[in-house]
Order: sequence, then structure tokens, then C-alpha cells
Amino acid sequence: MTPLLQVENIAKFYGARVGCTDVSFDLFPGEVMGIVGESGSGKSTLLNCLAGHLTPDAGAVRFDTRTEGLRDTVTMNEPERRMLGRTDWAFVHQHARDGLRMNVSAGGNVGERLMAVGARHYGQIRDAATDWLGRVEIAADRIDDRPTAFSGGMQQRLQIARNLVTGPRLVFMDEPTGGLDVSVQARLLDLLRGLVREMGLSAIIVTHDLAVVRLLADRLMVMKDGHVVETGLTDQVLDDPQHAYTQLLVSSVLQV
Amino acid sequence: MSEYNFAYLDEQTKRMIRRAILKGLAIPGYQVPFASREMPMPYGWGTGGVQVSAAVLTPDDTFKVIDQGADDTTNAVSIRRFFEKTAGVAVTEATAQASVIQTRHRIPEEVLREGQILVYQVPIPEPLRFLEPSEVETRKMHSLEEYGLMHVKLYEDISQHGAIATAYAYPVKVEGRYVMDPSPIPKFDNPKLEMAAIQLFGAGREQRIYAVPPYSKVVSLDFEDFPFEASKADHACDLCGAEDSYLDELIVDDDGGRLFMCSDTDYCQGRRKAGHLGAKGTPVGEDAA
Repeated sequence: MTPLLQVENIAKFYGARVGCTDVSFDLFPGEVMGIVGESGSGKSTLLNCLAGHLTPDAGAVRFDTRTEGLRDTVTMNEPERRMLGRTDWAFVHQHARDGLRMNVSAGGNVGERLMAVGARHYGQIRDAATDWLGRVEIAADRIDDRPTAFSGGMQQRLQIARNLVTGPRLVFMDEPTGGLDVSVQARLLDLLRGLVREMGLSAIIVTHDLAVVRLLADRLMVMKDGHVVETGLTDQVLDDPQHAYTQLLVSSVLQV
Repeated sequence: MSEYNFAYLDEQTKRMIRRAILKGLAIPGYQVPFASREMPMPYGWGTGGVQVSAAVLTPDDTFKVIDQGADDTTNAVSIRRFFEKTAGVAVTEATAQASVIQTRHRIPEEVLREGQILVYQVPIPEPLRFLEPSEVETRKMHSLEEYGLMHVKLYEDISQHGAIATAYAYPVKVEGRYVMDPSPIPKFDNPKLEMAAIQLFGAGREQRIYAVPPYSKVVSLDFEDFPFEASKADHACDLCGAEDSYLDELIVDDDGGRLFMCSDTDYCQGRRKAGHLGAKGTPVGEDAA
């Protein structure tokens, strides 16, 4: 089976400091990979390198494109990479404001990706937007409201709708539940889990919340100081942590 | 003549502007940066257009300036006088006799011919500006032809107003490549952008020049189910009776009385001289004004 994403020895340095280094893994279609670690451990740097927002200093990120099979997205030219970013990839930011156009209505936000890939029929764009708002549990009569009029949880759900409308195959998520209260988090996670299963999405989720990966991720990668210290199946890593840092991480979770 | 160099600007500056114009003509719709000079008028009064005019004028040219279609408003009169004084060129109000026409926010009604140059004054040259504030990002979007965002604006129009409500500065795609802001001309004028004359656009404050060569293909953006429509007031000119020209609406008294008249004063005059008369018009020469 061809992996959807093949990461080989990715490294990113900020001057003399290490962003992340020696990261390699394969992600297969339909698989959800979690990346956990403390703040400053290189999780977001890694995710941005994979999603093409940062150029890694070394290594290769090969993506299984629809037409040409595995291609290195690091050396691919920019128009192609940006095209992937609008079609096969999706990026869910921690802060919905970074991923949404706050001065454009909810419908326009969802429709933007469709229009970016050439949709030119207003009625069809509108229908797709209505459909997607329904799927992320936003009432259809809010379609012409701006995201500024939405609550944090709704903004996050809108961001997800906006990203998934073009039917991507790989979703990058950077702390998708950060900053939301727990009941809203639970709803969002439920929604994400449903969408991922239903659409057969592959996803890479960066978070420091172990409950999120327990619920969503099939596999887990633990990072510390820019290095991957432990990988394995989620339940295996969380229930039987081997590395000292993972043990610390797991035991630090507050029990209610 | 005066002690000014011909057409106010020094020769080096005019060369620099001409280089930008030539580049603009070579890449239709592409915004060419240029080193805009301070002009003896405030930004927003046509400093870009004046610099472009200064660079293309020759002593043999006949110059015409219109402001919203009119030859006799402050902006038009002062720019016309500026070039009369600094270049000593002949000036005219007749569209057909002019070789260089500087315009603010209108295209003359009369069809322009080969050999004429139409110079637009442009406030904001970047059509994507109000959607994407970053210049770095908009330049990248132009270079990679990522114009989906332009349609987001039209989408918002339809979702809020039920139709594409953008009435002026309506975005166009030039020669199937660059999306361009045609300056704030009414969208009624958009179909006229495909013309025989050379069209040059100058934005002084924003330091950009762009151009549309003669007979270029200029397409107004739209949706399949909401096609582009060149709209105007549903009325005939009250002075000359023209039904095909763009109209200004004038409030004439305190009782809600109104008058529709051609915004292109030269066109209106010409028609009245030829004997056409609108509902409230009087023959030329018998005006109160």
C-alpha cells in the first residue's frame, strides 16, 4: 500500500536552535496521526514544514498526488504546492481567526475554496455552503452572518467546514480544540471524529491535550526538544509509556 | 511659453514613466511600479494621471480632460490649465478632436479611434486590496493567477443584495490573464474597455501604472447564473434625449424634483447642437446658465 504522506528526515533550524530534526514517518490513507509534546517541542514547526508553510532545511515530504503518485512537496514549485493547499490539503488553525476571513460572511468563507478551484455558479456554491454548514451543525439561517458574530466554537466549526468543502484527503490540525471550553471541545471532537471516519480522511493533529489524541488518533508521536522520543499506537503509548518524558506527560494529566 | 520644462516633469522622469508605460502595454493589466513624483496638486486629484499624461504628451497633441464625464468641473479645468501652461498644447472639449484624453471615472460616450490615448486617474489600483490587505500576498496572487477571492466579493454582493451590487470599479480580466481594477468607472462603461484607443492607468499615491493595449480582450467577472450587466439609470437624458448614454441624477428643487442628464457634457452638447432635444431641454444658446 502506498502511503499518502511519506516524511523523511525532516529538519528545521532557527539559526543555531533546533526547530525539529530527524523526523520520519509514513501516513497511510484513512489514518489519523497525533503529535504531542510540550510547548516549544517543535510540534507546530513540524506541522508547518509538512503543510508547506515553512521550508524545511533538510529532508523530504512526499505526498501521493492524484495524477503523478508520490511527489516531494518541498522541491515542487510553488503554484503546485499552493494548488495542493487548496484542494487535497486542509489546514485547521488553532485560532479560527487565522483560518477565516472575518469580514466575509460564513457562506463566502465556505465558498472561497470552491471559487478558488474554479466554481463559477452562485447557486451551486450557495448549496454547497448550506450543506456544509449543516454538517458542522451551524444553522442555515446564519449563512449570511460574519464570523465575528459567531461564538468561538462556531468559528472553529466554520473553519472546519471551509476546509473540508473541497473534499481534501489530508487535514493538518494545529490544536483544533485549543481555547474552547470542555463541553464545546467534546462536541467539536465528536464532529471531527464523525467527519474523519465518514470521509475517510487522513489527518495529522498537533495538540498538547492527550484526551484529544486518545479520541481521534490511531497513532501517536511524542516530541521533545525537536526530537521524536516515542512513537506507537495511541493506546499503547498512553497506557504503557516507555520514555521518561512520555511517562511524565501521561502522569501530568489531571484526573477529575 | 513659461520656464517650465515641457509638460512640467523633467526629461529623466518622463523617460522613467515611459518605460513603465511600455512595460504595462507589454503585459496588459499588470501593475508596473514606478517612482511617482510629487505633483503640484494633492493626492486624489489625479497625480497619477497627470504624470502619465505628461509622459505621453507631445507639442502637437490636442488635450482634453474630463472629470466624471464633464469638461467644466474643478478637477478637469485645473488639469487642463496646468498643461496649457506647462506644455503649451492645444486643448479641446471635443472628444473626436483630442489625441490625449485624461479622464477621472468615465469613458467618453463617443467611440474612440486608433491613435487616441485615454489616460485614467486611479485611486486604488489593486482590485484585491479590500479583501487581502497584504501587498506581498496580492502580488503573489497575481503572479500565480489565484483569483478565487475576487469572486468571493461578488458572492458577498449577491448574498447581501440579491444581485451583483458593485456598480463602479467593477473588476475585469484582461487578455485572459490579469485581473484589473478599471478605476472607478461605472460598470456601464466596462464593455467599452475593449476599444481602438490605447488606455493607460496611473495611480500616483500608490505608484503604479498599468495599461490596456488597443483591441485587448477585457472580460468583466461574473457568475454563470448572475451574468454581468452594464447598468444605467432607466431614463433618457432630459437635455438631449439620449437613451444610450450614462446619466447623472440632479436634484433641482426642494420638492424632490429631479433631472437626468448625460454625464458626458461634450456628448450632450453635441447632440443638442445637432437638434436633439430631451423632455426638459432647451436648444443650445438659450440656457439660463
